[in-house]
Amino acid sequence: MAKSIHVSDLNIYYGDFLAVEGVSMTIPARSVTALIGPSGCGKSTFLRSLNRMHEVIPGARVEGKVVIDGQDLYATEVDPVQVRRQIGMVFQRPNPFPTMSIYDNVIAGMRLNNKKLKKSEADDVVEKSLRGANLWEEVKHRLGRPGMGLSGGQQQRLCIARAIAVEPQVLLMDEPASALDPISTSAIEDLIHELKSDYTIVIVTHNMQQAARVSEDTAFFNLAGAGLPGRLVEMNPTRKIFSTPDEPSTEAYISGRFG
Amino acid sequence: MNVKIPRPVPLTEEEIPVGEDHETAADLRSHLPLTHPQLPRWAPALVMLLAAVSSGLLALTLGWGLVAWAVVAVVLFLVALPLWARSVEGGRSAKDRLVTGLVWAAFGLALVPLVSLVWEVLSNGLGALDREFLTYSMRNIVGEGGGIYHAIIGTLLVTAAAAVISIPIGLMTAIYLVEYGGTSRLARTITFLVDVMTGIPSIVAGLFAYALFVLFFGEGIRFGFGGAIALSLLMIPIVVRSGEEMLRLVAHDLREASYALGVPKWRTIVKVVIPTALGGIITGVTLAVARVAGETAPLLIIAGSTDSLNRNLFDERMMTLPVFIYYSYTQPGVPAEFGQQRAWGAALVLIVIVMALNLVARAVGRRYAPKSRH
Repeated sequence: MAKSIHVSDLNIYYGDFLAVEGVSMTIPARSVTALIGPSGCGKSTFLRSLNRMHEVIPGARVEGKVVIDGQDLYATEVDPVQVRRQIGMVFQRPNPFPTMSIYDNVIAGMRLNNKKLKKSEADDVVEKSLRGANLWEEVKHRLGRPGMGLSGGQQQRLCIARAIAVEPQVLLMDEPASALDPISTSAIEDLIHELKSDYTIVIVTHNMQQAARVSEDTAFFNLAGAGLPGRLVEMNPTRKIFSTPDEPSTEAYISGRFG
Repeated sequence: MNVKIPRPVPLTEEEIPVGEDHETAADLRSHLPLTHPQLPRWAPALVMLLAAVSSGLLALTLGWGLVAWAVVAVVLFLVALPLWARSVEGGRSAKDRLVTGLVWAAFGLALVPLVSLVWEVLSNGLGALDREFLTYSMRNIVGEGGGIYHAIIGTLLVTAAAAVISIPIGLMTAIYLVEYGGTSRLARTITFLVDVMTGIPSIVAGLFAYALFVLFFGEGIRFGFGGAIALSLLMIPIVVRSGEEMLRLVAHDLREASYALGVPKWRTIVKVVIPTALGGIITGVTLAVARVAGETAPLLIIAGSTDSLNRNLFDERMMTLPVFIYYSYTQPGVPAEFGQQRAWGAALVLIVIVMALNLVARAVGRRYAPKSRH
């Protein structure tokens, strides 16, 4: 159920401000693609444009094409709500719904969309998703407790369980471990390893070791200059990016000489 | 603070940089003073007692009243304690004690009217409360006896009708402003008009409702529903404001989390945003109800006054508690004492109703607040 994504000549605007310019890339299915680059270079903006979350911000818009499964996400007749059902997202800060229990958080995607579920089906979805997010053993005895009562790392895994419960084609992760301690981070990274057999995963990270650990391909974004839009500098297999990158600026960033 | 950039070697204990308002650097090298002399815990109580006693002596000798005694005692306390603290603890602590004392004095001052109001109403009103008072109307009553049943029912009906009108309008306006309006011209205009509405004097709301219904039913129209319309004019801006505040408090993260699950915007609002803000919304709404329940002027004009029970909002005059209090006190009848006592009793009942609404609001707000405990 995983799909690859083809991006061509994507320009992303906030109002009149061009934030990201001319991105073209192919994100392969059933693998992990990492987006790295300095702060403000447009990685998160680009990620959010892949499931039309970008346009939630007033004035934000996009030019160019994002094609998944032969369909352009930005074609006029495309419903952003349908796009987001296929392309799930995990955010930087864990954001479980505070009014819901752990159980309800996991099936929120179905419940909120008024999908009729039998009790046994719902139980199955909850268990499968929580197992998928490596959280089942920790919470199986307290599914009725509030989701906000979990630790930060558990909350983030709960959010991942919530995202995979709706069985999306693609999972976008926006610095999913940046607010977590090393143990929770390693739990999330293990989880990413397991999930990539079923999902196409795109992850934004500031942590280059993390990018090297989890991803098959890495895309390096950078600003063309102060006040200029961000752009894709280089996209290559992670192994190549971290050993012999094509661009000198990539090497400078990875070796810590700037950024 | 002007801290030098430390050398790359770790500082030893003696080299830790210090602020400049200490004695000498040499002293500090030898030891860091982390303690300083302190007044005993009972110092404020002792000073308060002494201030009260000395002010009392002055009051006795000079024949002052209670108010002068209290003022002098507070002033003495506010002078003496900081001076003592200054000599023992130092200047910063003296300032702390002075400001703490001022804040407490202001708190006490603010309590005076509240306590005296509650005391006055209780002492005058409790005597009027009995079974007859709460279950009888004033129909055919002259002098002693009778009750406020008709006014209680009137207040409950008119306020409930006002709430039924205002809450949907107010909440939907708040939702529009927060979720859809953004900074559009329409949203800014609505916000401005809501602000203007907040400032409408209640008597004007009553006149508006009266003028409106005169158009339909002719001069001299009086009925409960008109009162509800007038009250809802006062209530809508409060509901909009509090609803807006509460909806804005809902983190944008939650909306995005919902959108990212492929949930449409309206369903996100209904199922995520409103439940998250529900506790605050209910509190705000209940406080708005409590606020208009005690409104007098508009009801005087449009709901009118009657001695009989009237359960029909859409026909005939309808008595309400504030209007009952007003007429019982200004036209108590002969002899005056019974009417006045009924006024105090009605005031007490009104306060109890409003207080009960506030308590319900708090309980409900807590019940629906997002939970984070295990």
